[in-house]
Amino acid sequence: MQQSNTYVIVFSAVLTIILGLLLSGTSQVLGPMQQEAIALDKKKQILGAVISSAEIDAMTPEQVNEFYANRISSTVVDINGKEIASAEITAEKVDIAKLYKKPAEERQYPVFIFHAEGNLDEVESYIFPLYGAGLWDAIWGYLALETDMNTVGGITLAHAGETPGLGARITETGVQQRYVGKKVFDDSGDLVAVQMMKGEGKDYTGEEHKVDGMSGATITANGVNNMLKSYLSHYEAFIRSKSSSQAVAGL
Amino acid sequence: MSAETLEKAIAKKPAEALFSKRRRKLVTDPLIDDNPITIQVLGICSALAVTTQMKPTLVMAISVIFVVAMSNFVISVMRNTIPSRVRIIVQLAVVATLVTLVSEVLKAFAYDMYKELSVFIGLIITNCIVMGRLEAFALGNKPYDSVLDGLGSALGYSWIILTVAFFRELWGSGSVFGLPIFEYVSSLFGPDFKLATNGLMVSPVGAFIILGLIIWVQRTKTGYVEH
Repeated sequence: MQQSNTYVIVFSAVLTIILGLLLSGTSQVLGPMQQEAIALDKKKQILGAVISSAEIDAMTPEQVNEFYANRISSTVVDINGKEIASAEITAEKVDIAKLYKKPAEERQYPVFIFHAEGNLDEVESYIFPLYGAGLWDAIWGYLALETDMNTVGGITLAHAGETPGLGARITETGVQQRYVGKKVFDDSGDLVAVQMMKGEGKDYTGEEHKVDGMSGATITANGVNNMLKSYLSHYEAFIRSKSSSQAVAGL
Repeated sequence: MSAETLEKAIAKKPAEALFSKRRRKLVTDPLIDDNPITIQVLGICSALAVTTQMKPTLVMAISVIFVVAMSNFVISVMRNTIPSRVRIIVQLAVVATLVTLVSEVLKAFAYDMYKELSVFIGLIITNCIVMGRLEAFALGNKPYDSVLDGLGSALGYSWIILTVAFFRELWGSGSVFGLPIFEYVSSLFGPDFKLATNGLMVSPVGAFIILGLIIWVQRTKTGYVEH
C-alpha cells in the first residue's frame, strides 16, 4: 500500500532532515560546554606532567582552573628558541595537532612554565607539548623538565585510538611514572631523549635514558620514543638557552 | 504475522493494567530467562571492552538503556509508516541519531567518561541488542509495550556487565567504584599483609572468564540447554 518509490524517497528525505536538524541543534547547544570541557581536559593534561593524577582527580573543575591560573604561565617559542608570544599567539591557543603537518621550522612551540606556589618568579619546571603517531592514530602528551633542563619531572601521555590493554596503557600512571627522574641529555651534552625499550619487566633503574617497555605494544612505544626525540630536538634551542643561562647564574 | 495478531488481540481489551502480568513479563523475561548476553549471546563486544571498572560500565549501561528504550519507542511510534523495504536503514538512522545524542551529551557533561568510552558509545549503534529488539518487537508492537521490552533487554544487559565489572575491578584493581577495598582489607591484617590483584582481570580475557562463570552458574540453575 505505502510502498511506492515516491513514498520511500519522501519518507527517507523527511526522516533525514528531521534527524539532521535534531543533531545539528544539539551540537549547537552543547558546543560551548564541550569546548569548555576540552579546555579543562587540556589543563589537566598539562598539570598531569607535574602533579599526580590522583591530586588532579580530587580537584573540582573550578579548582583545576584556579590551580592552573596560579601556578602555570606560558610562552611560545620558535624552532630557534626565540620567544614569539604575543596577544595573538598564546600557548593555550596553539594547535599542536594542526601545526604537526607543517615543517618543523615553521611551527610555533608553546612552553608551559610551572611555578612554585605563591612565587611567580621561581620556576619549578618547564612543560613541553608532544605530538606524534602511535600504532593506529595520533598520540600526544606533555613532558616536564626540571630546572636543570635535563631531568624528567613527569610526563602525561594520551592517545586517540591505541589498542585497549596494550598501546592504550601509555595513559596509565604506572607507565608514565617510569619516566620520572630519567635524563634527556647524555654526559657529553648530546640530546638522546628517553627510550622505551622492547619487552616488559626489566629493571632500568640504573639506566638514565631507558625505561621499561609495554608488553605487546612495541609499535606504540616506538611512537612515543620518536615523539619524545623529535619534539625535544625541536625545543633543543630553547632548552639549551635556559640551561646555559642557569649555568651562568650558578657561577 | 503472529506479532500483528497478538497486537489486535490486545487492542480489543479496553484497558490493560499499566503493569499487567504480561507487561511485567516483558521487562523481567530478558533479565534471566532470555538474557541478551548470557542466553542470546549478543552485545559481547562491549561487555568485554568496557567492564574493567564499575564507573564507565555504569555510564555505558545507562547509555544502552536510554538508546534501546528510546529507539524501541520511536520505531514503534513510526511502525505503520516505515516502508518495509528501507526499514533497516530507518532503524539504523534512528539508533545512530540517539547514540550521537548520548555521545554529545557525555562530551559536554562528562568529558572524562567520554574519552574513556568514546569508541564504545559509538559502537552501541552496532550492538545487536538494539537492532534485534527493533526487528523482533518494536516493529510489531505498541509504543508503551516496546519501551518496556527495550527496558527489559537493556536491564538484562546492564546487570550482566555491571556484575562482570564488579568482579573485574575488585580482583583486577582491588577497588569498587574507585574505592580501594583491597587496601582497606589489607590494612586490617597488619602492615605486612597485602592482597594481590590479578592482572588477568584487567585484560579482556578476564571478562571472558567471568562471563563464562556467570553463564555456567545461570544455566546450571535454570537448566537452559542450547538447541
